[in-house]
Amino acid sequence: MNKDTSSINSLENEAIYIMREVAAQFEKPVLLFSGGKDSITLVRLAVKAFYPAKVPFPLMHIDTGHNFPETIEFRDRLVKELGLELIVRNVQDSIDQGKVKEESGRYASRNMLQTTTLLDAIEEFKFDACIGGARRDEEKARAKERIFSVRDDFGQWDEKNQRPELFDMLNGDIELGQNVRVFPISNWTELDVWSYIEKEDIEIPSIYFAHKRKVFLRDGMIWSAEDDVVYRDDEEEVIEEMVRFRTVGDMSCTAAVLSEASTISKVVEEIRDSTISERGARIDDKRSEAAMEKRKQQGYF
Amino acid sequence: MEVLKIATAGSVDDGKSTLIGRILYDTKSLTTDKLEAIEKTSKKRGYDYLDFSLATDGLVAEREQGITIDVAHIYFSTKNKSYIIADTPGHVEYTRNMVTGASTSQASIILIDARKGVIEQTNRHFFINNLLRVKDVVVAINKMDLVDYSEDVYNKIKADFEALMSKRDYQDQNISFIPVSALKGDNVVNKSKNMPWYNGDSILDHLEKLDKADIFNVGTPRFPVQYVIRPKTEEYHDYRGYAGKVYGGNLSVGDDVVVLPSQTKSKIKEIYFYDETFETASRRSSVTITLEDDVNVSRGDMIVKEGDLPTIEKQFMANVCWMDSKQLTPGAKYTVQHGVNKVLAKVDVIHHKINPDYSGIEEDVSGLGMNDIARVSFKLNKPIFYDQFKNHRTNGSFILIDPQSNSTVGAGFIQ
Repeated sequence: MNKDTSSINSLENEAIYIMREVAAQFEKPVLLFSGGKDSITLVRLAVKAFYPAKVPFPLMHIDTGHNFPETIEFRDRLVKELGLELIVRNVQDSIDQGKVKEESGRYASRNMLQTTTLLDAIEEFKFDACIGGARRDEEKARAKERIFSVRDDFGQWDEKNQRPELFDMLNGDIELGQNVRVFPISNWTELDVWSYIEKEDIEIPSIYFAHKRKVFLRDGMIWSAEDDVVYRDDEEEVIEEMVRFRTVGDMSCTAAVLSEASTISKVVEEIRDSTISERGARIDDKRSEAAMEKRKQQGYF
Repeated sequence: MEVLKIATAGSVDDGKSTLIGRILYDTKSLTTDKLEAIEKTSKKRGYDYLDFSLATDGLVAEREQGITIDVAHIYFSTKNKSYIIADTPGHVEYTRNMVTGASTSQASIILIDARKGVIEQTNRHFFINNLLRVKDVVVAINKMDLVDYSEDVYNKIKADFEALMSKRDYQDQNISFIPVSALKGDNVVNKSKNMPWYNGDSILDHLEKLDKADIFNVGTPRFPVQYVIRPKTEEYHDYRGYAGKVYGGNLSVGDDVVVLPSQTKSKIKEIYFYDETFETASRRSSVTITLEDDVNVSRGDMIVKEGDLPTIEKQFMANVCWMDSKQLTPGAKYTVQHGVNKVLAKVDVIHHKINPDYSGIEEDVSGLGMNDIARVSFKLNKPIFYDQFKNHRTNGSFILIDPQSNSTVGAGFIQ
């Protein structure tokens, strides 16, 4: 066995090491599962880290109610097949309880609202570590993120006062009420994730592959017109195109890309040749240059 | 394809972020939308060139002040390798970030402004890279365009730096000098036409040629147990697997091993990676090991080859880099995290401070402040199993945790 010759193998070794540190250092860890390719990759890594024992922590999905139906269906099948425990908390409940207010208008999204639901759930279950699929290559503020990133009692990120992280030693010591966000695939790039999905033959939701979809164009981006959660003006014309989703968030903040890539190897090829970054298709980052940093300070993933 | 981690060090305005931006641009690693954002902001600020530092300076405060204040990680790849650059700030007060960045790096780039030459900061950057035993160091003499691409300037700086090298502790470090202009793109990725007198590689060509033997120190295998896997299912009723990462060298099925601290002897029975078994686990692989005998092993224990034992002691002496505003003083108690093992430690003696600019040592020290480096002895409540840092980069290092704040407050290199 030569596990350190290729970059993807060394990244896998690092991620498995991090998963095991979480299980060993924390009492109530949870894996935050969004149904996207990154969190599906995390599930695979967790299964491999603890084999032949079961994954020693549950998955939690913060459901905005605006997920692609394919994602939810996929999620339920995955946890059943792997025998994992799944917790679901709904943004709709936070809205109904009056804790957050639904946005309105053209760019309305529940993306910001899920932070409240997430923080409430962390408190409800007393989770001390939340494993997430964020990667440093995604966005500039994420490039500064630690692998073990401490959040205070209010779930907030103090980006100027982060613990130094040396060697591969992970310091998970925290006070009661604090929690740690853990990012096992911090050092992976988008291409690494796709290459891994291909190498490991991991199943992912169908919306990641090219399919015919009713869409409309706005601000140079392609939006799904198949569901009513995406606000659309009457003059915004609906057309049918071959598209796929490169990143999967809410329907209301995830744009599609034109694509003919119908298999995983074609997707890998497409990503390799791509000249647009992954989050270029995320409207939530375009709000301002510091959009991600602001959301992270408030407790967003 | 391998992953090569590179730390960067340079003083304010040496053009470090510009260098990284240039690497990304010339390797075509910047995507259209990121380039557009850089063009837009450069224009808005009235620059007549592209400000590549915008590609890396991630935090709002950094963009406002135009400086880098925390370690950022930047990714790019070529056909041969994947690279991770730890962009570490160069201010005096941020030495801890530089140590942090260098601690996981196999190579580093030290930037020197050709107009300023070797300055006190350069000593410091080199000192830290040498202290952390970073195997390959590139000294990038930047802003050559502003000194008319002068060979004399380059030679003078090289000679000054070589004088510094004679003082270094770790002699076995590869050091290369490359004249560059990050702004203009000379010798960063592409060979420069402006310096025909320079026959060496560009920075990227140099990094591309590094192979494993150039960047890793080979040591003896150490297997710290991270986690005990007990499935408790019918099929795996008696299974006890020891999960961990192999450091230093390889472990194979049939190896005679000793479990520390109990010093129980056994043999490696199986090596698992997920559901497959392997004959050998190579260094840095995260595997699960089973032993022939039913021995009591828990997290923090270490499996090593018989006849190849580390030092097992309740005390050690180390070079410590202090990273907290609260002082380290004799008698103070900390948690030592040595790999995955945590023990309580008491500061026994601060022997002396080591000036990180090669200007000597300071004796009679009452305490250590932020960014101080010193020789310190510790006493532990339980023995740890260590190697000297010079022989084993992983098993010879540790971090210090303040039990009150839980924060990581220092890093150490066992002597």
